[in-house]
Amino acid sequence: MQTYQAEIYVTLRPSVLDPAGTAVQSSLNQMGYDTVSQVRIGKYIQVTLAAANDEQARQQLDRICDQLLANPVIETYRFDLNAVATV
Amino acid sequence: MNVGIIVFPGSNCDRDVAYVTRDILQQPTRMVWHQEDDLSELDLIVVPGGFSYGDYLRCGAIARFSAAMQATALRAQQGKLVLGICNGFQILTEMGLLPGALVRNRDLHFICDRIPLTVERSDLPWTRQYRAGQVITLPIAHGEGCYYADEATLAQLEANRQVMFRYCSPSGDHTEASNPNGSLHHIAGLCNRQGNVLGLMPHPERAADALLGGTDGLALFQSVMQAMVLA
Repeated sequence: MQTYQAEIYVTLRPSVLDPAGTAVQSSLNQMGYDTVSQVRIGKYIQVTLAAANDEQARQQLDRICDQLLANPVIETYRFDLNAVATV
Repeated sequence: MNVGIIVFPGSNCDRDVAYVTRDILQQPTRMVWHQEDDLSELDLIVVPGGFSYGDYLRCGAIARFSAAMQATALRAQQGKLVLGICNGFQILTEMGLLPGALVRNRDLHFICDRIPLTVERSDLPWTRQYRAGQVITLPIAHGEGCYYADEATLAQLEANRQVMFRYCSPSGDHTEASNPNGSLHHIAGLCNRQGNVLGLMPHPERAADALLGGTDGLALFQSVMQAMVLA
């Protein structure tokens, strides 16, 4: 088994209103950063897991994200996977 | 009518519901701990408001996998009545028992208020004691009550008449100003295609005793009781 660390990014779908992102954007604009045209706020989640290989780790993470970490109705996700140690 | 009210770590409207069904309506009522997996004797399962499992990750996301909710899904498939209020509504959408999702309120505020709603239909067990089009007033208290679904789902909901309650003005108009949280199509509550699962953000249980300033929510529980007697 190989141990992996996954860095998972969950973001709202573009069609879903993000009032928190909108509030931060207008604050940045008020501070003078008028080049900022869009802010979207998401979640960053770290997961450590063991799997036989990269492919199985990715399959497991897809299931984890689909079932719990992201709600496919309103969110999308992506992740980066890094092998950290061999057990 | 055997009533069960699911209690998660973080539920805080469970006893309010029990006060209505057990004390006001005199119906056998039991509290169901989230680890219970046999709900086979219950006619009505209520998933109450609160902050199940601390609302960590997303409201209702973790509750979905509890033994009690898996048993609730089974009862729903068998056609039994399932009512989700506020956090309970969020849990039912997370489970897919109801379509769509509840996201952060449009103006970011947690809203605690009394607001008018239209009762969209009165031909289901939930609302027989109301009139279709009637304007009622119920309390709301939520930070993530903005109903969202994609265009196709919204069209289906409307075509199947699944919208049960909409936010409105005191005169019953569905204006943007009368929409407290930005919900699409002003949706405050909806049912599944079969009509036996209802979810709503407002709290009918907090408007069932005149001492609390309103009784517009009592008819919902009375409607269910009536449906049970007739069944």
